[in-house]
Amino acid sequence: MLDINLIRKDFPILKRQVNGKPLVYFDNAATSQTPQQVIDVIVDYYSNYNANIHRGVHALSQEATDKYEAARHTIQNHFNAKKAQEIIFTSGTTHAINLVANGFSKLINQDDELIVSALEHHSNIVPWQMLCEKTGAKLKVIPMTLEGELDMEAYTALLSEKTKLVFVNHISNALGTINPIKTIINQAHNFGAAVLIDGAQACPHIKPDVQALDVDFYVTSAHKICGPTGVGMLYGKEEWLNKMEPYQGGGEMIDQVTFEKTTYAGLPHKFEAGTPNICGGIAFGAALDYMNAIGFDKIATYEKELLDYGTEKLLEIEGLKIYGTSNNKTSVISFNLEGIHPYDVGTLLDKMGIAVRTGHHCAQPIMSFYNIPGTIRASFAFYNTKAEIDALVSGVKKAKMMLS
Amino acid sequence: MQTIKEIQDEIVDEFSMFEDWEERYQYMIDLGKTLPLIAPEYKTEDNIIKGCQSKVWVHAEMDDNKITFTADSDAIITKGIIAILIRTFSNQHPKDILDANTDFIDQIGLKEHLSPTRANGLVSMIKQIKLYAIAYQTQLQ
Repeated sequence: MLDINLIRKDFPILKRQVNGKPLVYFDNAATSQTPQQVIDVIVDYYSNYNANIHRGVHALSQEATDKYEAARHTIQNHFNAKKAQEIIFTSGTTHAINLVANGFSKLINQDDELIVSALEHHSNIVPWQMLCEKTGAKLKVIPMTLEGELDMEAYTALLSEKTKLVFVNHISNALGTINPIKTIINQAHNFGAAVLIDGAQACPHIKPDVQALDVDFYVTSAHKICGPTGVGMLYGKEEWLNKMEPYQGGGEMIDQVTFEKTTYAGLPHKFEAGTPNICGGIAFGAALDYMNAIGFDKIATYEKELLDYGTEKLLEIEGLKIYGTSNNKTSVISFNLEGIHPYDVGTLLDKMGIAVRTGHHCAQPIMSFYNIPGTIRASFAFYNTKAEIDALVSGVKKAKMMLS
Repeated sequence: MQTIKEIQDEIVDEFSMFEDWEERYQYMIDLGKTLPLIAPEYKTEDNIIKGCQSKVWVHAEMDDNKITFTADSDAIITKGIIAILIRTFSNQHPKDILDANTDFIDQIGLKEHLSPTRANGLVSMIKQIKLYAIAYQTQLQ
């Protein structure tokens, strides 16, 4: 059992008031809050050993380099990657996806097909569309069902010898559906296609094992997992990373530079041009340590409890409809009130100190599928409480009353 | 005819009677619900201003050297603010519209809705109102 009161003490922001009310933070799928343990690591970095890494011979540079590389190992262990050099630091999930899409530009041609799912965030659609424009490859879409699940029969039918890449999110940001990624990966591999899994929404809830999944690429952002913004990671199988073109040129990623020819550094530096977010990388490692100390099994059990409680209580409100009703989902509830625009509900909830996300959640194809302008999305984290869900439910009731 | 400034002062006065956010927002919601804002034939793709969160439609016509604005939105609170903006800017001379500002929105506690990051279409709507005023002003010269 988690001691939620004790956990909440780790998060200074949860003591805040918004519009004169105690903050109820239910926008965790957009970004999670940061515990004092991670804030301390950030403060310690800038107070004690801020230096550029991998090049200085001085003590501070060595210390910063050691901590940064230690964070890479923490991430490697967390995701169970075979080698540390298979972990590339990026500025986040979007950067990681763009890095892979760009890396494939010479490995794909006009006869090839790429498969995307209907449940994707724009960041896992647009970079691939750009790759298709560049190469002439075709983009195929796995359709979704009314419950917000992927149509797996349709997926099987889309796969062929032409399929080179499949990219799907582990968990849908707009609906919370957990996709059957192990099956998706296995089936793609039968046709020799590589698979990228966008784990931005999964990592706050699940501890993925990239070797057990046999996934080719797995990407995520630190700020969804109690870490800072502006840092994330790409896990890539070594053989793929070696085949891929570097994404950005610059310092750190080179072996030898002359004006005639430059040779690139080995992994992971080939993909880490320029001075990275050093403090962010170290704090990313600290955030994973924090989450692991609590335990992902305990987090999952508690968040399921919050999801079930929230679903039951919200459905008691007449005219409230939940989008994404898969049995296999994380603690995300996307909903609308009949005849009421989500923006109006979100605005009134904000006045009551309740932070939810409204709009299309950067997943316009899903909104088009349901023919709605957007939804109100409440996403729960392990530091949320049932009392906060009660506040949300009475807030929604009040908004409904005011708007009807 | 009331000047824009007089109308804005009147609105600030009305809002000063509300005691809390609930009364303020309930008033805006009611404004949003009751006002017929735009003729259906002008609710076209051309007249649409796309915010990330809500959509706004604006249409302008000039008669007797005064511009009349009609508008609409798919979100009620946005519509309530549109009603307030139209009350101040509609039926005014283009030059007066160009000279006017929207500082009164801050005074009535609705500033956050005119933030460019809010993405509700209102900032673009005000820009569009000013553009119409520029266009009609040019016609008059």
